[in-house]
Amino acid sequence: MIQHSWLIPGMPALAYAVIVLFTRRFKALSAGISILAMAACFFLSMGVFQELAKLDPSARTVSFSWTWLQIPPWEAHVGVLIDPLCANMLLVVTLVSLLVQIYSWGYMHDDERFSVYFSYLSLFSASMLLLVVANNYLQIFIGWELVGLCSYLLIGFWYFKPEAADACKKAFVVNRIGDMGFLMGVITIGMMFQTFDFAEVQKIVTQGLSDHTYSTTFIAGIALLLFCGAVGKSAQFPLHVWLPDAMEGPTPVSALIHAATMVAAGVYMVARTYTLFSADPLSMTVVAWVGGFTALFAATIAVAQDDIKRILAYSTLSQLGYMILSLGAGGYTAGMFHLTTHACFKALLFLGSGSVIHGLHNQDIWKMGGLWRKMKVTTLTFAVATLAIAGIPPFAGFFSKDAILDSVHNSAVPGHCVLYYMGVFTAFLTAFYMFRLFFVVFTGEPRDHHAHDHAHESPLNMTGPLVVLALLSLCVGWLNWPGVGLYSQFVHYGSVPEGAASIGVLLGQSWPTLLLVVAGIALSAAFYYWKVFSAEKMAEKFRPVYLLLKNKYYFDEMYGWLVKKVLFGLASIFHWFDEKIVDDGMVDGTGWINQKMGGLLSLTQTGYIQNYAWVIFAAVAVIFFCVSF
Amino acid sequence: MTEVPIVHYLYLAAVLFVIGIFGVLARKNAISVLMGIELMLNAVNINYLAFAKYWGGGNLTGPVFAVFVITIAAAEAAVALAIVISIYRQLKSANVDDAHNLRG
Repeated sequence: MIQHSWLIPGMPALAYAVIVLFTRRFKALSAGISILAMAACFFLSMGVFQELAKLDPSARTVSFSWTWLQIPPWEAHVGVLIDPLCANMLLVVTLVSLLVQIYSWGYMHDDERFSVYFSYLSLFSASMLLLVVANNYLQIFIGWELVGLCSYLLIGFWYFKPEAADACKKAFVVNRIGDMGFLMGVITIGMMFQTFDFAEVQKIVTQGLSDHTYSTTFIAGIALLLFCGAVGKSAQFPLHVWLPDAMEGPTPVSALIHAATMVAAGVYMVARTYTLFSADPLSMTVVAWVGGFTALFAATIAVAQDDIKRILAYSTLSQLGYMILSLGAGGYTAGMFHLTTHACFKALLFLGSGSVIHGLHNQDIWKMGGLWRKMKVTTLTFAVATLAIAGIPPFAGFFSKDAILDSVHNSAVPGHCVLYYMGVFTAFLTAFYMFRLFFVVFTGEPRDHHAHDHAHESPLNMTGPLVVLALLSLCVGWLNWPGVGLYSQFVHYGSVPEGAASIGVLLGQSWPTLLLVVAGIALSAAFYYWKVFSAEKMAEKFRPVYLLLKNKYYFDEMYGWLVKKVLFGLASIFHWFDEKIVDDGMVDGTGWINQKMGGLLSLTQTGYIQNYAWVIFAAVAVIFFCVSF
Repeated sequence: MTEVPIVHYLYLAAVLFVIGIFGVLARKNAISVLMGIELMLNAVNINYLAFAKYWGGGNLTGPVFAVFVITIAAAEAAVALAIVISIYRQLKSANVDDAHNLRG
């Protein structure tokens, strides 16, 4: 099975080609091809996973590659690297892709460009899987750029909406900033180590660090360049601004790309190149602090948002921050585990919100309310996901979030205590804003009766994936059951698995967090369910804070100002230089000089033929004299 | 009868050449200018033949060149006279200076 793993990115790519070339006019056929290819990918990934799990733990790295380009002294390869990290990611990506594609059949069925949509989804899956199986930096970069392209195409899928067109442009431009750093990192690796292969780079770096050929600071520099890419793709502060706007795309796309898979690519890449990151405390510190800060920062914004998808988008930012924080703090397994559980419950949250939007044709939570009467399945699955993300045992989020906080607590990163409390407080905020969303949307009385009367439960092809994901959100956490830790036995960095604490120890450390989470839920219920306090009065009382959060700390405005004033100001200086010095001075100056010189020379051209003859004879005479004397 | 020394031929050719130059440079009538050119060409021909006769040693390169020069001169005269005629039709004058606006 493993030797056929190149088919995993291959099949969706083929599906994309078939849809684009042949079946664009047949909606059902296009969707069928796309879903079938994805299902095949999922089963193949299962097979790969099974085969890998059977191998001895020390032999769980299978890699093969083909030569793609030869530019001496470099050779570019395409290849497949299957190890537990990759197998884990393959399962996540193929499963979520499959469920989202099935869901999309229901969600998008009225859309005119249904086939195009499915072709994009296939292309996305192919690129994402290409990135996941990559065995070298060049290939991961290619996959990286391709998922960026698909993200652009899918955010702007409804390109006739100006917001969507702006959002996809914004996503592309912001990602480009991060990718510039990533590309520089990849080039530096190619220049310094003469290879792009993960395993070889790892070997060279380990060797070079032990005999002091390379300083740890140098390796940290490369790691931080690569991290720029992760900051862009995983929407970490300060490049977080694109992800909330990306919610303009179709909701299943948000679930697949902007919650479960593509945005996790940054986390995956950091995990993949962990040798470089763990070489120096500097890079680890930067990673941990960027992640920790983003987690808290985005959670505070989510508290004051009104759009159901934007709340989820900020929650995604926050959870991605957790993962990055975990990797930075040395919790490799915890970070990847949170990626896995987060993919389940966040995809579920987005698909659930899609189901709500499908029923109501509205995204403002203050126009919803009381939906549980109309949408039983959606409400129930959404509740599971909310509990999972809040981190209530025994749901998935509890185990992974707790593992992260635990690894931060035990970390050696400077300021890990502060980071730990930031993480704990973020857990509190997460519980608060997620339950705020849940209570406002699904409980209480309908706020907009007209919309509520039209609301209906979604069809089976939409609720089916919801149920599957709900079961996963409940169970996936058990993979790392305290004291057993199947997951940590499987995915770990280095040869020794991170130990799994027993259930007593686990509860012993996590009860304060758990208490805070419950407090968050209670506070949220007090505000939005029992309505003991009035949220409006609260907002009125702390109006400056409320406005600051509601306007996302004015980051969009700040970047707008930076671009408009600083960048355009700088650009206008260059424009002046170009126009006045280069264009008017140098280009036109050259022309002017030539024209004037020509004018001078044209005086000799009199038209009197005998003048010319005089010149010729005089010249001959002069030459004759010169030659003979 | 003493033989004519080569220098006499060369004097003759030089005189013809200078007259030709005078015709080309100083005369305003286009026909005169053309005649000047003919004189210069023929002065050259005389030189060719004189050198061939005295120092050629039976080599016919000089006379052959002279024949070529005559041929070219005929072709040149034909073209030049055609031009002169069409200029005359345009300007009602054969004065070379009147055609100075051909300078472009």
